Amino acid sequence: MGTIVFLILFPMIIAFILLVVKGDKARDVIVIGASAVIAAMSIVVAVQFAAGGGDFFSFNGEVVSYIMMAVEAGLCIYICITAAMHRKWLAFIFAIIQTPLIMWFEFTRGHGIEVESNLYIDRLSIIMILIIGIIGTLIAVYALGYMKDFQHHEDEKGNKDRRPWFFFVMFLFLGAMVGLVTSNNMIWMYFFWEITSLSSFWLIGYTKTEEATNNAFRALIMNLLGGLGFAVGIVILGIVFQTVELNSMLLIGSVYGDLVAIPAAFFAFAGITKAAQMPFNSWLLGAMVAPTPTSALLHSSTMVKAGVFMIIKLAPVLGMSNFAGLMTMMVGGITFLFASCAAISQVNAKRVLAYSTIANLGLIVACGGVGTAGAVWAGIMLIIFHAITKSLLFLCVGTAEHHIGSRMIEDMDGLFNKMPRLAMCMIIGIAGMFLAPFGMLISKWGCMVSFVDSGNILLIGCICFGSAVTAFYWLKWMGKLTAVVAGEESIEYGVHRTETFVHITLVVLVVLVCLLFPLLSSYMLVPYLEITFGGLAGGIMSSGNMLIMVIMVAVIVLLALFGFGKSRKPKVPIYLAGANTGDNRTYYGSMQKEVAFSLRNWHMEKYFGEPRMNLIGDVLCVAMLVIGLGYMIATLVSLMGGVM
Amino acid sequence: MIIKAIIGIVAFLVLAPFVGGLLAGLDRKLSAKMQRRVGPPVLQPFYDVGKLFQKEKQTPTRFQDFYVLLFVVFVIASGVLFFSGGDLLLVIFTLTIGAAFLIIAAYSSNSPYAELGAERELLAMLAYEPMVLITVIGFYMYTGSFRVSDILAGDSMPFLPLLGIFFGWLFILTLKFRKSPFDLSMSHHAHQELVRGVTTEFVGRTMGWIEISHWYENVFLLGFVFLFFANGTWYGWVIGIVVAILAYFFEVFIDNCFARMKWQFAFKSAWIVAVVLGMINIFVLYVCF
Repeated sequence: MGTIVFLILFPMIIAFILLVVKGDKARDVIVIGASAVIAAMSIVVAVQFAAGGGDFFSFNGEVVSYIMMAVEAGLCIYICITAAMHRKWLAFIFAIIQTPLIMWFEFTRGHGIEVESNLYIDRLSIIMILIIGIIGTLIAVYALGYMKDFQHHEDEKGNKDRRPWFFFVMFLFLGAMVGLVTSNNMIWMYFFWEITSLSSFWLIGYTKTEEATNNAFRALIMNLLGGLGFAVGIVILGIVFQTVELNSMLLIGSVYGDLVAIPAAFFAFAGITKAAQMPFNSWLLGAMVAPTPTSALLHSSTMVKAGVFMIIKLAPVLGMSNFAGLMTMMVGGITFLFASCAAISQVNAKRVLAYSTIANLGLIVACGGVGTAGAVWAGIMLIIFHAITKSLLFLCVGTAEHHIGSRMIEDMDGLFNKMPRLAMCMIIGIAGMFLAPFGMLISKWGCMVSFVDSGNILLIGCICFGSAVTAFYWLKWMGKLTAVVAGEESIEYGVHRTETFVHITLVVLVVLVCLLFPLLSSYMLVPYLEITFGGLAGGIMSSGNMLIMVIMVAVIVLLALFGFGKSRKPKVPIYLAGANTGDNRTYYGSMQKEVAFSLRNWHMEKYFGEPRMNLIGDVLCVAMLVIGLGYMIATLVSLMGGVM
Repeated sequence: MIIKAIIGIVAFLVLAPFVGGLLAGLDRKLSAKMQRRVGPPVLQPFYDVGKLFQKEKQTPTRFQDFYVLLFVVFVIASGVLFFSGGDLLLVIFTLTIGAAFLIIAAYSSNSPYAELGAERELLAMLAYEPMVLITVIGFYMYTGSFRVSDILAGDSMPFLPLLGIFFGWLFILTLKFRKSPFDLSMSHHAHQELVRGVTTEFVGRTMGWIEISHWYENVFLLGFVFLFFANGTWYGWVIGIVVAILAYFFEVFIDNCFARMKWQFAFKSAWIVAVVLGMINIFVLYVCF
């Protein structure tokens, strides 16, 4: 247990140290040192608890609870003041309702509820801790170099150096995430949940421009709405079931599934907002104004992963049989389809990544909603693969942006020649995002099988069409990256060593996870599923199929090592209707005038225009949420009526 | 079981290129007859590929061959997995990797003709992919297994319960075979404005391998047609094989009866077919079985 508490508190302590350290050198040392410690410690925790079937710790709660409450009250006041200053009254209202609600609950009802264990750790938490501890800290290390360049630009604009604040929030975030995935007491989880919401508010608003502030508030408002759902869920859970513990909630759920679905629907709603599902996806897109490491952090190892973690955790009480499950899976499925479609029309690399994140989260949410062992297997696999590949892609785009001066995909023409190493990292990342046998496809496979088994026809439709769309937008980007443009020189010098280190480490992780995922499945996922769902939970994929996938990865890697770019055939100019001037970039036009050609991708605005996709997705998802939550409230009211 | 799988694999590896090449020859003969020409000998595709292998070795970029190699490997691998009785999802995912690497190979040359071809090929993929997935899911819902060997051993023909999906599959075969009206990315006919589209920058031996891979791919795609009629009896086999061959010549017939349509039509019609024939068939399966 000590190690877990260490992993929660240590990043927070480091955060406060980073807040006061101003020198670049000192910050480098502290961040790299602390990251190494956190990563090592998360591996220690994994080794320590991997064998157990889920350990629960009572952890004397009284004092801690009071501290948390005090901090929460402080944060509530802080939010109210900031919101009032910026005239963001929605944030004000949401904050002023939920914190007092939780406090009222704790003072009046909470005392009567015995909390047996406040903290716990099982294999799912271990996976989350590894993601937070390794991917999260890698992003922090990357941020060192990136933020130097970033500050360089800021200095030119005359903005003051606020990097200590940036790193403070980053490490605070990591600590809070570990707390979130190891809390068994829902009130504690709520506390960490609110800290992550606030941290992302700070990170998004980092540059303090008007756009950044507005987007930060949008994120805050949506997440506070989710937080409100969380608070309502806790109150219902406490009053109706006399418990605030996650494990007891799931236990009761195995007997009284229909009743537990009521608080579960509210918790799932909180998860949906945090996982940026439609209609709440706009906060994650708005988050793009922040420096790239922020996006990487929000998209891969923290924040949105907290949302899907919640829903995966709730999976046993969701499912086809109740409205909470139906609501969750439909919101996820619809978001997957329409976010994937919207990604096609995007020209900005970061926005493509953002929509792909939203889509993948949608798939995870849908898996959690389906709530069978197979679906949860696919969901957890998605969390793992997505965390690694998405952070890799964001960090690559960040570096590219600083060197080619643009984050538009069309400007990545010839990146293969300009920045070969970076382009390769990106290509591997993209392959990891959609192409068999790499990563994500394994989980998509799992999703497909479990959706079919669940018998939800609409979900099947979502995944069939969504997958086709996904392949389209990734491949056209990948094509752009692989194009060998003649006459481009390498400009890959001057990439920070920390950035290159992080890229390479993540690439190695992508390949390793693809090669070792059968082990991951049989030693981490399957035991977790067996404990959670009872009985033997064979993986979705047969071991033979897993083996074939691994062999395919190995074949591609080996062929790449021996054959990539090794062709000895004489090079000839490309075909330009016989009018190639010889440099492969211009041709003789009329009057022998030399004309340069340029190639552009398809964005199919007419079919997959972003506003339209968002509108359809929003309307459908709002309908699902209204039906789901409305049904739950109606059930609750009728129950209460029965009691009175 | 294992012996059956090995027989399947060996038969596919050895026979598929001959069957595929022969079908291609008959295709050209039949097309010629429909156009009142004499046409080349039936074995012409083999002569063509033989010739390609004798050509001078050239390449526009050092990286292209690697992608083409992966295309060849994965297209053949998908057929091998299919004919060894493997998992249908694995089969189509493998085929998708193959298709993806052909597109990447075309992109890598940075040639306008090849890239336009690659983009249109990508569009074709976007158009046919949902129907492919729905087909596989339909087989699973009806027979309860994704494995080809289990579907073959099933005791009733999936054809009637999967009627809508069968016609949906026939529809996307046109896209997959790159036949008119959907020969957007490259065409065997002279009316191609993109020179040879996606294959513009492949020459000699490389092009030869691509042709051979297409033969493998065509046989494997017709194998799917066969699967609709498999019911573990000899007449199931006969019907399956006959219908598969008929399906091929039906595609040739369509090819000669239509001019090329715009990509918008290809995309829209394929998705409408997937929704109307595919999803409704899935719904019926869900209700009835």
